Amino acid sequence: MAIDKATVYGIARLARIRIDEAQAQSLVGELGNILDWVEQLGEVDTEGVQPMTSVVEMRLPLREDAVTDGGKPDDIVKNAPEAAHGFFVVPKVVE
Amino acid sequence: MSELTRISLAEARDLLGKKELSSKELTEAHAAAVEAARPLNAFITETPDRALAMAEASDARRARGEAGLLEGIPLAIKDLFCTEGVLTTAGSHILDGFQPTYESTVTANLWREGAVLLGKTNLDEFAMGSSNMTSHYGGAENPWRRSDSNAKLVPGGSSGGSAAAVAARCALGATGTDTGGSIRQPASFSGIVGLKPTYGRCSRWGIVAFASSLDQAGPMTRTVRDAAIMLRAMAGHDPKDSTSVDRSVPDYEAALTGDVKGLRIGVPKEYRVDGMPAEIEAIWQQGIDWLTAAGAEVREVSLPHTKYALPTYYIIAPAEASSNLARYDGVRYGLREAGDAPLVEMYEATRAAGFGEEVKRRLLIGTYVLSAGYYDAYYNKARQVRSLIARDFAEAYNHVDLLLTPTAPSAAFAMGEKMDDPVAMYLNDVFTVPASLAGLPGISVPAGLSADGLPLGLQLVGRAFDEETVLRAGGVLEAAAAFDAMPAFVAA
Repeated sequence: MAIDKATVYGIARLARIRIDEAQAQSLVGELGNILDWVEQLGEVDTEGVQPMTSVVEMRLPLREDAVTDGGKPDDIVKNAPEAAHGFFVVPKVVE
Repeated sequence: MSELTRISLAEARDLLGKKELSSKELTEAHAAAVEAARPLNAFITETPDRALAMAEASDARRARGEAGLLEGIPLAIKDLFCTEGVLTTAGSHILDGFQPTYESTVTANLWREGAVLLGKTNLDEFAMGSSNMTSHYGGAENPWRRSDSNAKLVPGGSSGGSAAAVAARCALGATGTDTGGSIRQPASFSGIVGLKPTYGRCSRWGIVAFASSLDQAGPMTRTVRDAAIMLRAMAGHDPKDSTSVDRSVPDYEAALTGDVKGLRIGVPKEYRVDGMPAEIEAIWQQGIDWLTAAGAEVREVSLPHTKYALPTYYIIAPAEASSNLARYDGVRYGLREAGDAPLVEMYEATRAAGFGEEVKRRLLIGTYVLSAGYYDAYYNKARQVRSLIARDFAEAYNHVDLLLTPTAPSAAFAMGEKMDDPVAMYLNDVFTVPASLAGLPGISVPAGLSADGLPLGLQLVGRAFDEETVLRAGGVLEAAAAFDAMPAFVAA
């Protein structure tokens, strides 16, 4: 399926990836080629076929609703680009 | 050159067991080999100091009479496994400086069994690739060269650094992960053994996620026996991964009886793809002849939906990746760009700078196929076809015990080739992706050399949780092939 530049910009915004004009232009072709190629699935008769949800025949296990880990705020923020007082610091989001 | 880096993992284990060798000696030889192999760029991070400390601790345990399955064995770890306090990059710029505060379950299992960490190996960024060329750290290089050319070749991907390290005799074994072929294809390209276990056999906890319904860790080694030994240590139930299966882990080494008499081997006719190179066809026929000579019954089977496996994979894997990789937002770890800009701009700038081109392409495809209005047409359709692909295998296993196929449609290609056409690169995984979609165990065993002197692998695919039969037949192929060629570059 052909996709246009506006669609590429729309997807990039949803994916939270900034792209520039030149990238948008080349992505129109690249993504279009990949989508054309995957569209051969349209040939397959899937009437009444259940979509696969789990490749292994198993029931998801249940566990006790109990705290099994925690109490390590320093570990949690250790790799943060910016942290203060045990919190992640982000740019201001409320005016 | 050190003889200690030429022996197999099993031989090293036996020498250590007889106390004819210490882990310290073995580890020092391998740490030196890792250093000598730097031109291959197989490692992103080398950990020689930690290796030596782990080796000394291992020797002390052995002196006390405590020895695990891999006691004192130096291994390389794909840089997709979180290792506590050791840089973990996933081959991506966006994880700059990330030092996990926890250990992946698979690596924790290896250390529990006494293994020693040599370093973290190079990979395609977030395991997305078949060449290693998408790594932010530059691609690892294949230690093999064509007999008539000095062109640098790729080791395959995504576990290419692990494959190069094992082939170049830097490590006795390495971990890989396989989402669509990322253990088996580099094993084939590098002349080593690579085993993708059944989905659920090894815990995914602490492995940087790519496509969670497909990702599976496995061993990469120089012999089938070594793969059996390593898998036993890696595998096992883990409550922290809800898709890890609660089944006992067999002694896989005991399965290597060398006997395949009466075993029914299927050759899927749909794998004879148009334009298959004659030497791939020839090595496949050679494999059929070897197994027949060993007493197996080889017959043709049909997997009718084979041609739809790759397009199915290239919807499902990017869809899952677009969800998994949403976590890289410049807040909790790694890179942050435009930290003074408003929040959404910070996200967008960080992800623009942090992800490479192939990762971005897949995230955009994944976002598109999951977006409103396209979800049913792409993602649900792909999941339906995936069910049909799994059904094809189930039907085939009513008639045969194993499937035999080539691992990859070619030998290793040159660095930089196939980079301008994503779909051409995706075709590398044409023979490995179907088993991934069906969650089945597969092994690649080196079977011979191409006309220009490069290794070619054969793949065996088994029933779910029947790694034992896969390994048993793999051992028979290995014995028949007697593959003893050495790569052009071997670490001194």
